[in-house]
Amino acid sequence: MMFKSLPFRPVLLATSTALLGLLVAITSAAAQDHVGQYEQADIEFGASLYNANCTRCHGEAGTEIAGTDLASGQYARAESDQELMRLIRTGIQGTAMPPNDFNQSELTGIVSYLRSMRDFDLGEVRLGDQTRGERLFNGKGACATCHRVRGQGPRTAPDLTDIGSIRTAATLQAALLDPTGTMISVNRPVRAVLGDGTLVSGRRLNEDTYSIQLIDQDERLRSLEKASLRELTALTTSPMPPASDALDEQEVADVLAYLLTLQGLE
Amino acid sequence: MKQQTFIALLVGVLTAGTASAQVTFERLLNADEEPHNWLTYSGTYSSTRHTRLDQITADNVDDLELSWVFQAGSLEAFQATPLVVDGIMYLTEPVNNVVALDAKTGAVFWKYEYTPSPEARPCCGAVNRGLAILDDMLFLATLDGNLMAIDAIAGEPLWSTTVADPTQGYALTLAPLVIKDKVIVGVAGGEYGIRGYIDAYDASTGEQAWRFYTIPGPGEPGHETWENDAWMTGGASAWLTGSYDPDLDLTYWGIGNPGPDWNPAQRPGDNLYSDSVVALDPDTGELEWYFQFTPNDPYDYDAVQIPVLMDAPDGNGGTIKLMLWANRNGFFYILDRENGQFLNGTDFVPVNWASGLDDFGRPVQTPQPPGTTTFPGVQGGTNWYSPSFSPETGLFYVSAWESYGSNFTPEEQEYVPGRVFLGGRPANPFGAGANVPGLRRGHINNWTDAAGGGAVIAINPRNGEQVWKLPMTDVTSSGILTSASNLLFTGNREGYFHILDAEDGEVLWKKPLGGMIANGPMSYMVDGKQYVALAAGHSMYVWALAD
Repeated sequence: MMFKSLPFRPVLLATSTALLGLLVAITSAAAQDHVGQYEQADIEFGASLYNANCTRCHGEAGTEIAGTDLASGQYARAESDQELMRLIRTGIQGTAMPPNDFNQSELTGIVSYLRSMRDFDLGEVRLGDQTRGERLFNGKGACATCHRVRGQGPRTAPDLTDIGSIRTAATLQAALLDPTGTMISVNRPVRAVLGDGTLVSGRRLNEDTYSIQLIDQDERLRSLEKASLRELTALTTSPMPPASDALDEQEVADVLAYLLTLQGLE
Repeated sequence: MKQQTFIALLVGVLTAGTASAQVTFERLLNADEEPHNWLTYSGTYSSTRHTRLDQITADNVDDLELSWVFQAGSLEAFQATPLVVDGIMYLTEPVNNVVALDAKTGAVFWKYEYTPSPEARPCCGAVNRGLAILDDMLFLATLDGNLMAIDAIAGEPLWSTTVADPTQGYALTLAPLVIKDKVIVGVAGGEYGIRGYIDAYDASTGEQAWRFYTIPGPGEPGHETWENDAWMTGGASAWLTGSYDPDLDLTYWGIGNPGPDWNPAQRPGDNLYSDSVVALDPDTGELEWYFQFTPNDPYDYDAVQIPVLMDAPDGNGGTIKLMLWANRNGFFYILDRENGQFLNGTDFVPVNWASGLDDFGRPVQTPQPPGTTTFPGVQGGTNWYSPSFSPETGLFYVSAWESYGSNFTPEEQEYVPGRVFLGGRPANPFGAGANVPGLRRGHINNWTDAAGGGAVIAINPRNGEQVWKLPMTDVTSSGILTSASNLLFTGNREGYFHILDAEDGEVLWKKPLGGMIANGPMSYMVDGKQYVALAAGHSMYVWALAD
């Protein structure tokens, strides 16, 4: 098992042998006041507080309020840990975020957990070499034949420019190995037959009772009225093959390391 | 011209020019006799959310046009139902501002601004569902626990009284209910380890008249359904407006979940009167009867729905007084509202937490193994969304979440005053990501297919059978209004305003309004024109037929 320092942010990874016991914090060059300074005990304490107090609205992954991703480390109304603690204590007036009576050690725990949340999932994660991973992404792995990164590549599959900031390492590894089992429902491939018999296939972007929005095989945004279609099917099988079809274990670890460097536009 | 329209026009003419006419208790009792007005949260004391107005019909619905829009200066969910009294609309703007508008144009007469204390900590959004009126007084229940009377003409406060302490997690989100000379409110806070209650206050002074604790104290019947001190932090909120039967002189209120929400091991017993309907004497607050839907609830299945009252033939030449109740737990109940006796119950969405109901309406609970999915999920088969009963079709209509589940995980939790007291969590069955419906949504529907969908379901209240259903891709939080012209008005989270044929569910008209619809549509008439109002996103839209 090898660990690799990432250039943009600290990494806390759980190993299969010791799980949380071997959390490793690595401070990055782009350190701010909140980076890499959290005690494991605080993180675990914060996790239990988070699960008891925050999941009802934010969900376990911190992503269940539209437009708010607690695991991303980016908060519109708080940058420093102090600001985050103040926000948790006072709530946000005019929104559903209520005030909370946490003491200082509890606030420290919660903020420690929030700052570590993205890397806090249990499971075996193997990280390889990001440079080799980038080569594999664009070459042997053929990822770039469907995925787009920083304005380069097709739009057939979801854009991965910021995937390293919005998904955990464990989630990304699961997605590489089991694309169908981990496919997010809205991303399903759809196949529609128009009234004139024309076949439209693409990736679903949104759907309501009467219409469906997709990006079609020619990378055009299409909105189709369901009532005008002869046929509409959302496939439950991902068009992406498991990464293990083309790559060995080390190469999958390399690609994963590369994906984690994709933190959005620089 | 249909008879109902004629009556409405006649009433409209008779009351024209009396804009300041007092809304007496007599008028509230007979609200269905003045369908041009909307005098209580649910329209009438029987809470059928049905209008006798019939100007808008299946034949002319294509002539509907937007009359006016009220844009709220708040990004909170817009859940209020407005009142309309003789051409004046009274509305709460989220959270606790009160506005008087010209119901024909939306022009504002006055606005009373109230900012709740930052200590208010509602579990699930800073919301308010509307006002009550008696004489010239409007009644506002504030998020931070106050009940206020506001002069309906001047827009100035008359009195304010403290109902509950927000620092302990209590909040007020409901529209109050006026009965006789009293204003009745219940508290929210079932996620904070409160001990719930329903209060009545003298409408003219604000003085407390009575309090009914929704968890019986030591020595009171029902206290034995709690062990140790669990009753002191057992929740049982009452956050949605009740109904009233003037003949029986009983007011009916739905009671919320026991606390901690998901760990019943911390509160062994049936946990009365959580997840129950209670029938109270409106003069004294004394309990006449109760019926519990979900004993020792481990799922947060609040019985916080609108009690819908209707009368049906009893088979012996008389009538039987019924209460219809589509519960968050997924079952539709028919109760005798004189005594709370269970008459019938059937599931209206897929249910696996219980295999059915016994002869007394008690669920046969079938807890699912750890890590598996319980149906319905934490938001329920329905929730607080107003249902409707139409005397024309004889059908009951409810907004439902179908095939939607949660994985419940109980955990021991210590009670700390003012903090959430949940005892575990309802996990998303599909892992990380916003891929199941929660309290709100954005513009993208992330939870298609596997996470379930929404529906408007028409139920025959004689036997609980479904008559028709309109399935929807996303779930719905909208209330339902039916009309004497057999129309059904509703919305959904996708932002569609729907008008259906109440007989068969056919979609007659729809308009995308661009934001989640989360209030109950209502209808009124001014100068001979019928209007329908509902809120979507952060605005309220009002529609009428083109001239």
